[in-house]
Amino acid sequence: MTAKLLDVKGIETQFKTPEGLIYAVNGVSFSLNDGEIVGIVGESGCGKSVTMLSVLRLIDSPPGNIVAGTAHFEGNDLLQMNKEEIRKVRGAQISMIFQDSMTALNPLLTIGRQITEPLETHMNMSKSQAKKRAIELLSLVGIPDAKDRIGEYPHQFSGGMRQRAMIAMALACDPKILIADEPTTALDVTIQAQIIELVKRLRDEIGMAVIWITHDLGIIANLAQRVIVMYGGYFIEEAPVKELYKNPQHPYTIGLLGSLPRMDEDQPKRLISIDGLPPILSEKPTFCPFAYRCTHVMDRCWQENPTLQPINSTHRVACWIDPQTGRER
Amino acid sequence: MANDENILLRVENLVKHFSVTYGNLLKRQRGVIHAVDGVSFELHKGETFGLVGESGCGKSTTGRTLLQLYKPTSGSVYFQDIDITKLKREELRSVRRKMQMIFQDPYACLNPRMTVGEIVSDPLWVYNEGSSRKEIEEEVRHLLELVQLSPSMVSRYPHEFSGGQRQRIGVARALALQPELVVCDEPISALDVSIQAQIVNLLEDLQQQFDLTYLFIAHDLSMVRHICDRVASMYLGVIVELADRNEFYHHPLHPYTKALLSAVPIPDPFVEEKRRRIILEGEVPSPMNPPSGCQFHTRCPIAQKICGEVRPKLVEHASGHFVACHFPSD
Repeated sequence: MTAKLLDVKGIETQFKTPEGLIYAVNGVSFSLNDGEIVGIVGESGCGKSVTMLSVLRLIDSPPGNIVAGTAHFEGNDLLQMNKEEIRKVRGAQISMIFQDSMTALNPLLTIGRQITEPLETHMNMSKSQAKKRAIELLSLVGIPDAKDRIGEYPHQFSGGMRQRAMIAMALACDPKILIADEPTTALDVTIQAQIIELVKRLRDEIGMAVIWITHDLGIIANLAQRVIVMYGGYFIEEAPVKELYKNPQHPYTIGLLGSLPRMDEDQPKRLISIDGLPPILSEKPTFCPFAYRCTHVMDRCWQENPTLQPINSTHRVACWIDPQTGRER
Repeated sequence: MANDENILLRVENLVKHFSVTYGNLLKRQRGVIHAVDGVSFELHKGETFGLVGESGCGKSTTGRTLLQLYKPTSGSVYFQDIDITKLKREELRSVRRKMQMIFQDPYACLNPRMTVGEIVSDPLWVYNEGSSRKEIEEEVRHLLELVQLSPSMVSRYPHEFSGGQRQRIGVARALALQPELVVCDEPISALDVSIQAQIVNLLEDLQQQFDLTYLFIAHDLSMVRHICDRVASMYLGVIVELADRNEFYHHPLHPYTKALLSAVPIPDPFVEEKRRRIILEGEVPSPMNPPSGCQFHTRCPIAQKICGEVRPKLVEHASGHFVACHFPSD
């Protein structure tokens, strides 16, 4: 077996709140290969961002606490590293881009300074080398007149431009992994298409692996090779992208796909709505977290929480029921 | 056409400019934002009309201006053949009850200090001055049932509800006065995917039940295709294309509509594999300083000399299919 680029096992993250513990992520495991694009899909509050923030140790503690798990990156456990070691990984080898570029960029520093800083810190470049590289990076992500714009501040950039600048910053040190946390959610579709093309192009040119967190099953269809679906702090289904869309197994995945209108559909069907609300994660369920909203629910679902089990060599699902027959697997 | 019984609302050359000023004491004008720059369309009774476009294209301003929430700079809005832009405040009040609005942000559009019962009954108190308290309480109960909320929730406050439930409260409030037109301004874009379907299904059911006409403002083109009968796309304050749903999605004529449609992801990797995207260069120019000629010519892949000089008019290219372009092509 070849070594995985990133191998995450059993991550559990909790948050202390005045109302009690919140079980945000409840033991999730996944791996990432070189040059692969993996999509993590789920609704707000399902734990998709917290999972990746935990891997990079970006969870504020308190209130957050990573209580279990390992995350091996090139053989070393990120969760056991000391502050200095993890700092060297973050930004240089694994970098992250966020949804809200206005809060992720420092409004008091020029765009250029924010890109040259990691270059000077991690790559030991001189000021002039770093500046040259920053201009290259900005041109690479498609910012026109990069030479002039490098001295501008974030507020002088539009939303799409800021997102590009953030990507340039994330790419500064040639990372092996780019974690993208809903980077296009706040953008218009034509700008979103630009950013997605950009990330795909960079993956091909630089060969980095990408983890793309989103709630939009449409984006993933065109971008990822493998998809993980999250619900209530658990991974509930994982499959190669085509397999997942052709042959979804978990009732939640099926519902989610059915609730999406399709732009290539002439006769609109009534949308399948998933009744009820996403779970509140204030207790660790002893049963299936989706049981409240599931149309197939049976006794066993209330007694035991299913774990992710393979149904073939590449497809794993956490559900007691076979959706084709409506009976237990 | 003006007397056509089928037409509920007719917008003619609607313009809304906002002036940008500087200085506190002596306000000086720095520029004018051309938010809506001459928009004309009709709403047919019982239809859902979709207004799509990217942020800043003027779709929300159009919705608000036609409801007279903003005073139009020029142009007319005929609601049942009355030009409501000319009405006095009192006269406008009686027309307004027939035109309601559902807002995008279910967290901001409900007063946090009012109970659900107070929020939903407020329009009833404002308009039905004769009704007794008991009748109004009965009506509120009925409205909450309509939007599938339990009537036992009347004394709760907005913060006790989820986003989807709040949007239902907003819908109940909009329906309280039995309106004929409801302007839905991005009613689902703040909600989770699985909840969006719930609200869209609810809106469709209510439309059937009460013969409502919707102006559906959205940027989600998949959802617009699902819910709307006719669709118009806007760019920098003007409508660039308007057609029946299937025509709009199958045979877009305007290069902007084409690019917009090609940018929307389809949740199906098999379809996505075969799709070709038109990636637009650059970004939308500032509405304070819109380009001369055709607004879109700075980003248009097929622009020619005339496009920078003459602004194309919205003309009927095929039956019911309007487009504003010098070189429309299928």
